[in-house]
Amino acid sequence: MRAENYEARNHPPSNEFEINFGPNHPGIEGNYALKVKVHGDEIVAARADGGYLHRGFEKLMEQRLWIQNIALVPRICVPDPAPMEVAYSMAVEQLCGLEVPQRAQWLRVLLLELSRLAAHLFTFGGHAATTGMYTPMFWGVADRDLLLDLFEELTGGRVYSIYNIPGGVRRDIPDDFLTRLSDTLDYIDSRLPDYDNLLFTNQVFVRRARDAGPVSQAQALDWGVTGPNLRATGLAFDVRRDDPYLVYDELEFDIPTEQPGDAWARTLVRRGELLQSIRILRQVIDRLPDIGGPIRAPIPNPLAWNVPAGEAYVRIESSKGELSWYVVSDGGDKPYRVHIRGPSSMHAVQVLEHLVTGCRIEDVAQIMFSLDACPPEVDR
Amino acid sequence: MSAIDYKKSGSILNPLKNLSFFARPAITEPLEPRRASLRYRGFHLNDWEKCVGCSTCQKVCDNAAITMVKVPELAEDPLNGVRNLRPAIDYGRCCWCALCVDLCPTGSISLSREYVHTCTDDQLSSYFMLPDPNGMHKEFFGEGWNKTAENDLVDPQRQAMNEMAPDARIANFDEIVAGYDRQQAIIEASRCVQCGMCHDACPTHMDAPEYIRAIWQDDLEEAVRQIYNTNPFAHTCGRVCTHRCETACSVGKRGEPIAIRWLKRYAVDAFTPEQIQAIVGTGDTTPTGRQVAIVGSGPAGLTAAYDLARLGHAVTVFEGLDRPGGMPRYGIPEYRLPYDKLDADIAVIEAMGVEIRCNTWIGRDITLDQLHTDYDAVLLGLGLQLGRSTRIPGSDHGGVVKAVDVLRDVTAEIPETVPASAVVIGGGNVAMDAARTLARLQRQVHGAVRVTVSALEDFEHFLADPEEVTEAREEGVEILDSRGPKACIVEDGRLVGLTTLKVLSIFDEQQRFAPKYDDGDEQMHSGEMVVEAIGQMSDTALLGEALTERLAWQRGRLQTDDDGRTSEDWLWAAGDMVRGPDVVHAVADGHRAARSIHRALAEAKMEERAS
Repeated sequence: MRAENYEARNHPPSNEFEINFGPNHPGIEGNYALKVKVHGDEIVAARADGGYLHRGFEKLMEQRLWIQNIALVPRICVPDPAPMEVAYSMAVEQLCGLEVPQRAQWLRVLLLELSRLAAHLFTFGGHAATTGMYTPMFWGVADRDLLLDLFEELTGGRVYSIYNIPGGVRRDIPDDFLTRLSDTLDYIDSRLPDYDNLLFTNQVFVRRARDAGPVSQAQALDWGVTGPNLRATGLAFDVRRDDPYLVYDELEFDIPTEQPGDAWARTLVRRGELLQSIRILRQVIDRLPDIGGPIRAPIPNPLAWNVPAGEAYVRIESSKGELSWYVVSDGGDKPYRVHIRGPSSMHAVQVLEHLVTGCRIEDVAQIMFSLDACPPEVDR
Repeated sequence: MSAIDYKKSGSILNPLKNLSFFARPAITEPLEPRRASLRYRGFHLNDWEKCVGCSTCQKVCDNAAITMVKVPELAEDPLNGVRNLRPAIDYGRCCWCALCVDLCPTGSISLSREYVHTCTDDQLSSYFMLPDPNGMHKEFFGEGWNKTAENDLVDPQRQAMNEMAPDARIANFDEIVAGYDRQQAIIEASRCVQCGMCHDACPTHMDAPEYIRAIWQDDLEEAVRQIYNTNPFAHTCGRVCTHRCETACSVGKRGEPIAIRWLKRYAVDAFTPEQIQAIVGTGDTTPTGRQVAIVGSGPAGLTAAYDLARLGHAVTVFEGLDRPGGMPRYGIPEYRLPYDKLDADIAVIEAMGVEIRCNTWIGRDITLDQLHTDYDAVLLGLGLQLGRSTRIPGSDHGGVVKAVDVLRDVTAEIPETVPASAVVIGGGNVAMDAARTLARLQRQVHGAVRVTVSALEDFEHFLADPEEVTEAREEGVEILDSRGPKACIVEDGRLVGLTTLKVLSIFDEQQRFAPKYDDGDEQMHSGEMVVEAIGQMSDTALLGEALTERLAWQRGRLQTDDDGRTSEDWLWAAGDMVRGPDVVHAVADGHRAARSIHRALAEAKMEERAS
């Protein structure tokens, strides 16, 4: 909500127009605006304009008990809420020196990968829709719903799982959950040829997405691009492998990369990650029954819980990229300061502004979606 | 998963392959509503039978969605920690995180398996609702997210208290309980959910949530300040209080209650009396010119003295025995309440300007009439210092003694021959005190413990605290239940023991005390001493016959109005003689009487000015 975007302009050139993409636009997963200046069909300038979903999470967290924040943090990113809970919990655990039981770590991986799967299905659908293909969007959303059923079974909530608390997770898996998870994974696996036919090998889509919004590896690193958007430039960097957390170092998975950093490559990386998430989940299904023990380390009464003074920095790989949390405690019962470095704020502001400049109007929406930025995470 | 070379196999015809979907059967969804999962976080359910209205759900709710609503139809029971408040939920605010479920001390709240609530514009208030066991729409959809051992965030275990082992403690009168150290106290204090049930249940309404919070914050000065707001017998109550607070504690509904008594003890033990006096100050020290006489230096009398002195009145306390403290000093054994701790309480009270005159027996050294003449108000704070007798055959023998006398003589260090064996009649805490005191003396003098306690009640309805019974047994005391005393057996002028009969019932159909015995089941318990511990009463001889006649009595207890004033406008009474034996009740009574006396004195002053 930059003030200058709303100032009356004096004498605009008669051959230039201003178009608002958003703040309500299907090209992005939330309320976000992109104000572009067009010359004919060509974008000559763009200003990203966020703030529509600013709820002041970081400030709100300073007013809430450590435990109360677990209900707040998933709301920072609606399509992929699990990494927020996990990262927050890990930061508090680091401050308290809490040892998270093995089983809880595996359950966290299960939740994170399910969430990544759901987020990627959502993104395919969204990207397809912005190129005019609505069937993959319906499919993506419908198949994601099957994963939401699993979330509901495991955590009690379909979207905001609120499953993690500092120390571990709140519940163990229900009976036969792994069988149903396995069935759902098989189903999603079996759907991929359909997606391929309709989207990934569909020349209509391929030709639209290729060369749209290309980012070079050097630019990506300069801009702080992370996650699938970075891997689409050919750099195999993934926090899960390069700075392992939880039990990722015990799991086998590849890091899909593509070239040359355009919208097409970004979507292909996500397709590859979908397969890797299924692979990880299958390993979890195999290993989890053998991992016993508690699912939670004991924590004090949440109403009287002073977390030792100090600061914690945690980074994990969300479906959008590298998510970092910096949490400071002054020894009190509430955080002193929390800062969330969400991957989307880099992608949705400087990268997006740059990428759409010079492209054509019809590509703006798909470039927006191919970056998979999450506006509530930008605004926080 | 098939690996596809996207860059090569891409074709404009690929999407047409999906035309095969037209040949597949259509996906249909069943018409009946979908059942939510077994742990779904739907709308709230609340079991009103289990819910005690502690409002912990409200405290942990991060959206302030919960309001505690008074339900007048429900009964309140402060002594057992039950309020008639129930949580009402504002679904405009609720985020269904279920922390209220996880932290509910009683486990009454759960969430339902119900998905949807919707309404028209004129029913918007339906989003604010008072959950009961049937849920949002009075149709039970089943329980979803509920309290399990996995997600329970209430810590049911209290910090273990270090105590002297039986072998170590039986040889002496040292205090058994060691007290919490700093870490234990902070952890124990952190278990509190700040519901305030303890405050409601406490006779003197101590600000327990506040001092527990202060202890958790390691601010012991603040804790002492909060404790002294309502109780100047902090060292004493921190040790021997009947801790009704812990009975009412909502964490105790499923687990062990917060050790409120031990926390109080921890806070006050951290300071010397001088430091405590500096923390609590001396109140309003402007002298009012009024004089108050208090008879008896027990908790009731000294609490009133503390209050009145802080209000600027000149207070004189008369004590008949050598040392101040009343029944806590002369009735409670040192291993439960060390004398120096009682002295600490009294030192703080004296520091407020209270004058205590020991060895001054009212009715013998000074008459009550004299006090009436010399002082503006007189408060009687007498304990129950006379033991009752069983009046069974042989109980007039010199070897048959009262428990209170035994305990008093031990405190006063009056030398007595310690019997090698003794029998105690009674099953209350006084009986345990007497038995355990004798056990210690026997161990010191004879090297072996031979004490038998014969109680009327069976163990299920025992009067003494369970821990007293356990500890007495550990110290070698034999405790028999359901035994009624028949006769003290005297042979050749020498007491040899007590015979008892098996108790069939204690009360008759009208619940009056009328024990029935089985004459066929008689036992003989040998003992050179028989101790009667079946109840006490006040020594009210100081009142004189005329005054006794004018005052109101019920079952041997002096009757007063709600504020402790008797039917004589110059005379107040408080403590055991009015309320029955209990330290914290006596403290509460002392406060009440002090308020009433202060009010009466202030009114008298107004009248003087007016005239």
